[in-house]
Amino acid sequence: MNDAVVLHFDVDGENFTSAGEASVQVKKTLRQMGFPPEVIRRVSIAMYEGEINMVIHAGGGKADVTVDSDKIHIVLADKGPGIADIDLAMQEGYSTAKDNIRSLGFGAGMGLPNMKRYSDHMEVESALGKGTTITMDIYLS
Amino acid sequence: MTIREIMELLDAKVLACEESLDHDVHSACGSDMMSDVLAYVKDQAVLLTGLVNSQVVRTAEMMDMRCIVFVRSKQPTPEILELAQESGIVVLATSKRMYEACGKLYSSGLKPEAVGDVQ
Ligand SMILES: Nc1ncnc2c1ncn2[C@@H]1O[C@H](COP(=O)(O)OP(=O)(O)OP(=O)(O)O)[C@@H](O)[C@H]1O
Ligand SMILES: [Mg+2]
Repeated sequence: MNDAVVLHFDVDGENFTSAGEASVQVKKTLRQMGFPPEVIRRVSIAMYEGEINMVIHAGGGKADVTVDSDKIHIVLADKGPGIADIDLAMQEGYSTAKDNIRSLGFGAGMGLPNMKRYSDHMEVESALGKGTTITMDIYLS
Repeated sequence: MTIREIMELLDAKVLACEESLDHDVHSACGSDMMSDVLAYVKDQAVLLTGLVNSQVVRTAEMMDMRCIVFVRSKQPTPEILELAQESGIVVLATSKRMYEACGKLYSSGLKPEAVGDVQ
């Protein structure tokens, strides 16, 4: 009865068009499992923001989602450039995105704050030149 | 109003998911920045945008939106339309610009986006 559902995705950093496919797949799976729409929406948005970040800032990475009896656990790990100042990056409006990213509709500096808002718990670990790992939990009450 | 009424008000063409034209929608938002849609939009069912790429569809899907209206005669690629069709999102295209398209829908009773905290 307590079998956790585990989903793994490789997020392609070369392909902006396919960015978000993992989040779409997670959304579909959660729908099939019958979660409330509000929970699904929070997971979807938080994960999509993180997935897009991995593509536009880090050259891709890996996404792991575990659906447990009490929470949905998301781990987004990349080997990109890392984040120099995490507190600064977490601020609304802070972005290092250039015009080419803005012209794709992203780069307002809202992603990380939005991930924090939609998750119940979020941790950002990052080392310059090594990569970034973001962990998010959404509790199922 | 229904998505069909939106189509008529904007002289728009339907490019995907025609079977859902009779769905009822109650509010809309307009933006070319998907970042802002993800951060500020709450329960809007319709997205008007001048941005054309696959992330418009994915953003709409993540936000549980029902309809995307591409303004200024933007032509989405077959790939984008296929994504929308798969996600059950109606795609409309109008030659009107953002300001006029939003104004028409607003003055016809489609509510604006409620900007604010979701939680
Ligand atoms: N995975 C990552 N690797 C390296 N840097 C990152 C990563 N994620 C975020 N950042 C850095 O943190 C900044 C803020 O991220 P955030 O998601 O809040 O905004 P954004 O991606 O720039 O714009 P938006 O999310 O609004 O489209 C980014 O501009 C980037 O410098
Ligand atoms: Mg971002």
